[in-house]
Amino acid sequence: MAIPAVQVVGLAKRYGHNWALRGLDLTVAAGEAVALLGPNGSGKSTLLRILVTAARPTLGDVRVCGVPIADGDEVRRHVGLLSDRPPVYNELTALENLKFAAAMYGLQASESDLRDALAGVGLARASGSRVGTFSQGMGQRLSLARATLQNPDLILLDEPYNALDAEGLRLVDQLLAKVRAAGKTAILATHHIAKGLALCDRVVALRDGRLAFDGPTAQFAASPLAEEAGAWA
Amino acid sequence: MTPLRREWRRALAVARKDLLIERRAKAAFNSMAFFAGMVLLTFGFALGPDVPAGAAREGTLLQQLAPGLIWVTILFAGVLALDRSFQVEMERGGLEALRLYPGDRKAIYLGKLIANVTIMLIMEVLVCPFAGILYSLDLWGQLPGLAGVAILTTIGFAAIGTFYAALTANLRARQVLLPLLMFPVLIPVILAAVKATGLVLHGDPMGELGSWVKLLSAVDILFLTTCLLVFEYVLEE
Repeated sequence: MAIPAVQVVGLAKRYGHNWALRGLDLTVAAGEAVALLGPNGSGKSTLLRILVTAARPTLGDVRVCGVPIADGDEVRRHVGLLSDRPPVYNELTALENLKFAAAMYGLQASESDLRDALAGVGLARASGSRVGTFSQGMGQRLSLARATLQNPDLILLDEPYNALDAEGLRLVDQLLAKVRAAGKTAILATHHIAKGLALCDRVVALRDGRLAFDGPTAQFAASPLAEEAGAWA
Repeated sequence: MTPLRREWRRALAVARKDLLIERRAKAAFNSMAFFAGMVLLTFGFALGPDVPAGAAREGTLLQQLAPGLIWVTILFAGVLALDRSFQVEMERGGLEALRLYPGDRKAIYLGKLIANVTIMLIMEVLVCPFAGILYSLDLWGQLPGLAGVAILTTIGFAAIGTFYAALTANLRARQVLLPLLMFPVLIPVILAAVKATGLVLHGDPMGELGSWVKLLSAVDILFLTTCLLVFEYVLEE
């Protein structure tokens, strides 16, 4: 039996007195594309932060690609994160940012490889420009190139559509399609319900840190929750 | 590639990135140079160039106090560089991104340390001749000894400073807390640096210099080893 990309049992996370996640059970098979939906404060970002080892679970067992979350270094080798806050340096050029990321991932990428990666997100002509001069959308594209640099088994997308123009939206869609074609796993946390339903084959909806729905996209579209989901956008 | 070589490459990537950012933004360097110049000038005016040091001592009071004044100036100016080194990461969520790269987090500490030591040494190369001119000190003749003491002191200072800068990076009152936390720990480094510099500048009739240099080296090794071992936990959530 194939090792699931994500296996979560009884996951709970507390920040101070507030419980962000309350006993979550979830399994995502390798190769699945999952739309993670829910209103603000439902626990979507907390779940992704735990999966990427940015936060520790308060309770529960979490495994990523079969690796316990406690083995953070090994987990980080399997996961890539694309968040709405691109972690890039304004004083460096796009190419320098990518070179730095490649060195930190321990990759032996040549400059032409990195230029190709920038061209892939539509930043070929801006590769020598400082990121401080970029629009938010261009920064997000650079973040997209950076997140896929190490070719992760599991890619987590946290509100990737924020601040993107039409071309940027298309690039994220293409990235998801590429991830799926390569048999990799993607979890897309978004308020763009239509995008989530169109691009993923399964919906996991959270409400108040608990699982509100888990099933195929078609089933979600027909469920009473779909009507409520309009207010989450 | 061996794991050690890979981690060394990662440390150099962090150092190169920080130095490149500093070269372009000059945020830490300009404030450090301005602060150091102002403090040295203020001491020069306050103590005066002609006040004798005392019956038993040769030279002026300013020359006798110069080792202490120079190191107080350099180390306080250095706090600005240390604070900036993690502030760069906080601006666009970079610190979390650094934490999320696979690999040993010691490489991040080592890279930041190399960058901080380099920035501080460049500042010292500018500040010391300025102090030499202001206080009428013969620095050129004692250059090898002074350079040795400066390198050892800077490594010790930056080792602790980089560690505490990471520890306080997420705190609102970090600019107050950073010097408050690090200077008590740095007392052996400051003491040994001032004593050793004084002995290099004013002569060492009792042969004490070696002991202070050994103390500086021992403290450097202790600080570096301890900070490298516990840095992983500083970056935890």
